[in-house]
Amino acid sequence: MSEAYHPILPGLILGLPLLGAALNGIGAFAWRENKTVPTIVGPLAVLGAFVVCLLNFAAMRAAAPHDPSLVPFWTWMRSGELEIGVTLLFDQLSVLMTLIVTGVGGIIHVYSVGYMREDPGYSRYFSYLNLFIFFMLILVLSANYALMFVGWEGVGLCSYLLIGFWYENREFSDAGKKAFIVNRIGDLGFLIAMFLLFGVFGTLDMPSIFESAPTTLLAGGVMVTAITLFLFLGCVGKSAQIPLFVWLPDAMAGPTPVSALIHAATMVTAGVYLVARSGVLFALAPFTQAIVASVGVGTALFAASIAVQQFDIKKVLAYSTISQLGYMFVAVGVGAYTAGIFHLMTHAFFKALLFLGAGAVIHAMHHAWDASGDHGDPNDMRNYGGLRPLMPITAATMWIGTLAISGVFPFAGFFSKDEIIWEAGIRGYAVLWGTALIVALLTAGYMTRLMVMTFHGANRSGESARSHLHEVPPVMWVPLAILAVLSAVGGWVQIPEVLPLPHVDLLHSWLEPVFAPALEVASGAAAGGAHGEGIAHEAPLGGGETFWAVMGTDLAILTVVVVFWRLSRRRYLPAAESSEPSGAASLLYHKWYVDELYDRLIVRPLLALWRGCWRIVDDRLIDGAVNGLGGVARIVGWTGSQLQTGRVSTYLLVFMIGVLIILGSLAF
Amino acid sequence: MSEGYLVDLALVLSAFLFAIGVAGVLLRRNAIIVFMCVELMLNAVNLSFVAFSRVHGIDGQIVVFFVISVAAAEAAVGLALILAIFRHYESVDLELFRRLRW
Repeated sequence: MSEAYHPILPGLILGLPLLGAALNGIGAFAWRENKTVPTIVGPLAVLGAFVVCLLNFAAMRAAAPHDPSLVPFWTWMRSGELEIGVTLLFDQLSVLMTLIVTGVGGIIHVYSVGYMREDPGYSRYFSYLNLFIFFMLILVLSANYALMFVGWEGVGLCSYLLIGFWYENREFSDAGKKAFIVNRIGDLGFLIAMFLLFGVFGTLDMPSIFESAPTTLLAGGVMVTAITLFLFLGCVGKSAQIPLFVWLPDAMAGPTPVSALIHAATMVTAGVYLVARSGVLFALAPFTQAIVASVGVGTALFAASIAVQQFDIKKVLAYSTISQLGYMFVAVGVGAYTAGIFHLMTHAFFKALLFLGAGAVIHAMHHAWDASGDHGDPNDMRNYGGLRPLMPITAATMWIGTLAISGVFPFAGFFSKDEIIWEAGIRGYAVLWGTALIVALLTAGYMTRLMVMTFHGANRSGESARSHLHEVPPVMWVPLAILAVLSAVGGWVQIPEVLPLPHVDLLHSWLEPVFAPALEVASGAAAGGAHGEGIAHEAPLGGGETFWAVMGTDLAILTVVVVFWRLSRRRYLPAAESSEPSGAASLLYHKWYVDELYDRLIVRPLLALWRGCWRIVDDRLIDGAVNGLGGVARIVGWTGSQLQTGRVSTYLLVFMIGVLIILGSLAF
Repeated sequence: MSEGYLVDLALVLSAFLFAIGVAGVLLRRNAIIVFMCVELMLNAVNLSFVAFSRVHGIDGQIVVFFVISVAAAEAAVGLALILAIFRHYESVDLELFRRLRW
């Protein structure tokens, strides 16, 4: 063992993106037309942070510390017992997260240079993007819940800014507001959880909470269940789970790289990170864990079913993201934290890849239509078709992403998804296991559908547009290629022992010090439980790990092949000529009418209530009281003024009466 | 005729004159008449003072001189006001003069 680990240049990790955001923010006003500065500053700020994170990773690998390193900067607030410092926490989990955030984030920054080049808000865009990276890094590096909440809110803010980036469009800015407001519901849960934590522990510092939690809190007790449920409410908002998932599909209103960065690779995974980070607390609350896993699997199935019938390429990917996040919650819900973080990582790779690929297609369609003078929805897959020969690199890389998300061996998604399904199975959650398998097949199905509609079959974009369709510039396809490589090999950090392959165990051993306390608590609870059910060695239907790993990939391949074979024979019509789907497909096309349901159940009653408040309470009661007081004063004044007639004789009479009264009172 | 009887008589006269003054101020419309009635009230009070000074000493007569001098000043101001009113309204009828209000 070499010398102890000390975080290297921790200030720089946060400082570079913040500096980039500030520079680009100034640039948005000062040198609006200058595109060179944001092109250099934007990506370099994040890539620089990535290099520092890599150094930290290497140092931590060499030292293999068992305890997290704290980096205190200054005291943020102090009041009574409450003391909150701006303190960063470096451990295996947070360093891994910073690598994902800055790594995938950096690639997306580079891609954005090509994608946003012609946008008038170029500098503003990079300012928001850098600011987002900054807040995300605060979120994953904070050593206490209060600071984490700063990052939590910060990414929400940047998400709002970036979804509504094209704010001239009313619909887009509304989508931004929707994301922000829906997130607020979850944030309230986070806040309440923080109050409860402070009430119980008298501190918000994570290391001390996790250390004292097993002795302070009664396992399975009301308090720990309440805390974790409120924390999970925060996660539901941020990570777009049922019932607060509605903001994420609308969040596709932002530029496509934003969707890739925020709504696929990083921000939405914050909820998974929070549950994993607070693993000790969740391990103490089996009820919450059951809720987490159920919500996760429910969301996975629900979102996957919607994705099957969407025609907007970004909507398919958005629902796919929600569905994959559901998987991650299944993992952290059943207590397989490493599997959850594993899928978070691989998902960051292949979902960023898929979104950027979709962005490339949209970019190309947009330009083709601009050049040809035709018009159409560049996001609608019904307008694509047969793009593979025209955009070979995009098609190839996106196929890798599709195979990865579908869980086909040996791509990244196979290892992480297989591990989640297996972990759910051996812990005795038969329903979770079965549903997760079905969702895996659905995933393969809708992703293949997306690929077929986009890249295969006959082209539907129109004669004149077709001649203008071509591959995107290198600044966009190189990031795609890098992500494709990561999507292909990213899963090899954790190859299960049972496969006839060299056993690789990098991730589990890497994260072991972080999750050991939580697993210890969980095993203690399981041993002390009435059932004492341990961990089985076969799936609910029988069959060992090898069998189901092979089955999983076989089923995925089978689905891909069958869907490909069926759909490539089907003839699609361009969006303008298509009619709406009917029957069951219509239900899915309209997303189970969830938005309409929320509109009827929540939005409209609230609107009616507030309108009532405005018309009755405000207009009648409050305004009535204020205006009434004025009226009373006016009447009293008018009455008084009538005494002043202006007639001298009246005044003299009153004067006389006054004198008589005074004299009379003196006399008697 | 006793001294006390004369004082009583003067006080009755004073009260009578004062009452006439009050009635004139309250009832008459001509500003000049009203003004004269005010003078009448002042001099009724003067008469009372002089009468009381017979009983209580010289103080009352001193006050009377003060009243007469203040009345002279008041007459100057009052007549100037009436003159101004007349110039404006071409009349000294107080019923026409109703500007002493809000």
